[in-house]
Amino acid sequence: MTLKSPLGQARGMGSARKGADLWWLQRVTAVALIPLSIWLMASLVSLTGADHARFTEWVASPINAVALLLAISTSFYHFKVGMDVVIEDYVHSEGIKIASLLFTTFATVLVGAVCAFAVLKLAL
Amino acid sequence: MVEFSLPKNSKIGKGNKFPAPDGATNVRTFKVYRWSPDGDANPTLDTFDVDIDTCGPMVLDALNQIKDETDSTLTFRKSCREGVCGSCAMNIDGTNTLACTKPTSDVKGDVHIYPLPHLPVVKDLVGDLTNFYAQYASIGPWLRAETAAPPRRERLQSPEDRAKLDGMWECILCACCSTSCPSYWWNSDRFLGPATLLQSYRWIVDSRDEHTGERLDHLEDPYRLYRCHTILNCSATCPKGLNPAKSIAEIKKLMVERRS
Repeated sequence: MTLKSPLGQARGMGSARKGADLWWLQRVTAVALIPLSIWLMASLVSLTGADHARFTEWVASPINAVALLLAISTSFYHFKVGMDVVIEDYVHSEGIKIASLLFTTFATVLVGAVCAFAVLKLAL
Repeated sequence: MVEFSLPKNSKIGKGNKFPAPDGATNVRTFKVYRWSPDGDANPTLDTFDVDIDTCGPMVLDALNQIKDETDSTLTFRKSCREGVCGSCAMNIDGTNTLACTKPTSDVKGDVHIYPLPHLPVVKDLVGDLTNFYAQYASIGPWLRAETAAPPRRERLQSPEDRAKLDGMWECILCACCSTSCPSYWWNSDRFLGPATLLQSYRWIVDSRDEHTGERLDHLEDPYRLYRCHTILNCSATCPKGLNPAKSIAEIKKLMVERRS
């Protein structure tokens, strides 16, 4: 129950003056993921039936390693921004919202770092 | 959290049935949402059989007939009866539209009528639009300019600049678009919704307005503008055939344009 006027409630805490950067970055990563995803899927299909040695050799090639790192960083960043939006859409309790956003950030960075480390370990 | 099912006190029960008058030959069935703030009863869906031959062609005509001849307690907003005031916006046959411009013959089977979705219900088909109007007021929907108008005449606008307002000045603020938007359902306390954003863009592109930057500042917010996820229900449902999603996309474009 509040006696604050409807206009006061609608104005709320004012504009955060942000959002355009994230919106743009989400689009940039989406565009980058088009060629990266096609390349990744085509590569994985061409590696069907490959043994462990053949696969590690493929990852270790400089072009593949760089492309894999780009795919990992781009897709995990895109995932994180998207997940944040979903959480902000549906989770309205401030505490659970902040906890969910923190968890997404940490989980994304952790899994992304493990993926990147795996590629680097094979490539370097 | 977002609620995906109706709360206990909003579950819709079976309502009363009102048969058509004796001798009716062309009968259509209207199932109308009913709820009264008096008492603790849950909403119901009343069934009205209406003789279509004795009333006008639009859904509003049938509602008027029901109110006049069957149940005078049926409550709904109406005024112009020709699609320019936006009062009779409601959910008919699953789509938000104006009862006065929706022909009953467009609906197959029973005609289901509910209030606009996800608004607090005042009574029957009347939704509470307080927040919707407050959000509209918050964008400053009037010309803002420091340059004085020419003495004893209007501010001039070229035909090209005037044409930029086409597709927006026609908006009658009926709230069909905003209340069809899932993002607005979940976050109407902070997301401005398609109608208010379309109106905001109407002033952003007005060549006579001098506060474009301030208007964009006002909208640059993760909730006010960027809760729009281009679901496009707004453009699909607009009874005036307008495209609020396009206005929102144009605002997003300007946000990027002004920083690069």
